[in-house]
Amino acid sequence: MWKELVLPVLSLGGISFLFGAGLSLASKKFAVETDPRIDDIREALPGANCGACGYPGCDGLASAIAAGEAPVNACPVGGSPVAAKVASIMGLETDVKERLTARVLCQGDCDQAADKYMYEGITDCVAAAMLSEGQKGCSYGCLGLGTCERVCPFDAIHVNEKGIAEVDKEKCTACGLCVAACPKNVIELIPVSSEVQVACNSRDTGKVVRSVCKVGCIACRICVKACPFDAMEFENNLAKINYEKCTNCMVCAQKCPTKAIYAQFLERKAAL
Amino acid sequence: MFNKLLSFTGGIYPPENKHLTENKAIELCDVPEIVTIPLKQHIGAPCDALVKKGDKVRLGQKIGQPRGFVSAPVHSSVSGEVKSIEIVDLPNGSKAPAVIIVNDGQDTPDESIKPDNAERLSADALKSIVTEAGIVGMGGAAFPTHVKLSPPDDRKIDILLLNGAECEPFLTSDYRLMIEHPDDILYGLKVIRKILGGVSRIYIGIEDNKPQAIKQMTAAAKNENDIQVVTLRTKYPQGAEKQLIYAITGRQVPSGGLPMDVGAVVQNVGTAAAIAFAVRDGLPLYRKLVTVSGGAVREQKNLMVRIGTSFREVIDFCGGWTEEPAKVINGGPMMGVAQYTLDVPVTKETSGILLFTKEEAAVREVSNCIRCGRCISVCPIHLMPLTISARSLAGNYEEADKLHAMDCVECGSCSYICPASRPLLHSIQMAKKEIMEERKRRAQAK
Repeated sequence: MWKELVLPVLSLGGISFLFGAGLSLASKKFAVETDPRIDDIREALPGANCGACGYPGCDGLASAIAAGEAPVNACPVGGSPVAAKVASIMGLETDVKERLTARVLCQGDCDQAADKYMYEGITDCVAAAMLSEGQKGCSYGCLGLGTCERVCPFDAIHVNEKGIAEVDKEKCTACGLCVAACPKNVIELIPVSSEVQVACNSRDTGKVVRSVCKVGCIACRICVKACPFDAMEFENNLAKINYEKCTNCMVCAQKCPTKAIYAQFLERKAAL
Repeated sequence: MFNKLLSFTGGIYPPENKHLTENKAIELCDVPEIVTIPLKQHIGAPCDALVKKGDKVRLGQKIGQPRGFVSAPVHSSVSGEVKSIEIVDLPNGSKAPAVIIVNDGQDTPDESIKPDNAERLSADALKSIVTEAGIVGMGGAAFPTHVKLSPPDDRKIDILLLNGAECEPFLTSDYRLMIEHPDDILYGLKVIRKILGGVSRIYIGIEDNKPQAIKQMTAAAKNENDIQVVTLRTKYPQGAEKQLIYAITGRQVPSGGLPMDVGAVVQNVGTAAAIAFAVRDGLPLYRKLVTVSGGAVREQKNLMVRIGTSFREVIDFCGGWTEEPAKVINGGPMMGVAQYTLDVPVTKETSGILLFTKEEAAVREVSNCIRCGRCISVCPIHLMPLTISARSLAGNYEEADKLHAMDCVECGSCSYICPASRPLLHSIQMAKKEIMEERKRRAQAK
């Protein structure tokens, strides 16, 4: 009884007590000071680890914000609610910005814009864009091979059956990964409330655009003249909306001869 | 001295298909009524146009001034009047401004064309002739030749290699050149030797499927003690610069390095002939030797074509096609670029125009990688194409860079040999492009 039970219990108990005491002393003596705000910020962040902020995941961003290396609104996914929460943890003020969403600036699907050759390579826009700027007749348009779809961590962008990427406004968090991945730079972040977009990315002249696409911006400038709020800008043969001035009146979309300006007419206010 | 055939490790043995054109003597292609001369036909900076709409130009007149050292001037290939300067599609898949000239049919030569003698001129004078003549590597990559002939002072060049391997299937233009113009090639070779100075050994490397060319070149070089014709094993890519250096000298160009790092300079036989025309006859580079071949063309030919002639006119000169080609390729079948229009001009880069029938151009179905490793065994650079490709397709370009994706010479041996027809080369090219862009971004951020 003594040999089989009491001795092992006592000796093992003694050893564990010694080690336990050592560990507890060490944890006191060698304790590393951590910023308690890191954990709080980490809690406030969305936790998708998408990397859109440029830091290695949400943990990385939380440490960077706590260390003052990143601004409180550095998370593009969380938008203003998260920025406000993080700001209160950090004891700072932040501007409340409107949420953005990604939008594909091309409507040239297989019915509207012809391809110039048959592409047989890897199903990826970056790979296709290496030869003659891609198979699409228009050298600025969406190639529709789904590079954006594969980088989106939120399942918010999909290539539709007509070969053009489409964004799901509800799911999109404006993280910007698709914008960076697109070899044609055809995706842009715009305010989520805007109902009007110039859905064309072509810097070609009107003649060239007409020869390759039925719904491209032909640089006619009718929209610039028509806009009652002076919100339509024009650069490199392409109309561009200044969203700070735009009131969603949709006059431009109505006047556009090729319907390159896309508008949600259902949402149109009765004011005009 | 050399009993066995020289070669490198790896490589593939694709069907050569040179029988279609190897016995066809070089013909002069019809000069078109309108030529389209791109201002960028080489690796490096583009040229600025020296002429404007309405200007009269003469044959051989310089119409494009290079914007940097790594660049080459372009010259008019006809005499006539400049119609316009516009952006055109190039056969390599890019776009560039081009001078469009209406030919007056006179071929009035420019005053700058003056025959000279290489023995009379100094090395520097010869080099400036080569620079001014717009000579670029004629093997297909079109790297400006004067850059290769200006090694930095700390690099001592002791070996000069003349590349007559022509390892691409179908192409026979270098072969015909070696048979019909061996003395021009040798003249150019001597000019290169004089410009480089201090070269102790010169080799002319030719694959063993070209016995006629070996005979002709050996006969031409019999009075030169330091020039030796060596026979190479017929294997692809034997004509790739680094593989050629290894096969003949046993020297290995280090990762990311250039041939000059191992004291070697490699020039194509076509480049040597172009240098001979420039120095001896005063002619700038205004024409290109092109093999027109493939199963769909009515009559396969080796043609001397004025630069700026459209592919359509070259094909018409060969009698058009017997059946609608499924694929038209600029260059050889291994490294060439498929065309979507025939209205692209022949440039200094064009070494062949291939018209493939449906059977010849058939694409095999892609299936999963079975990890057989054949791509590794054929890679002449000793890379692991399957691994780099997998990283690239997963978007992990950083890992692809660590696996030396940037050292890939894009010969396409891996894609050729792959039993699952994986797009190995295409994915590696994609990785290279992304890695280059990332490096640019980093350099800008600094």
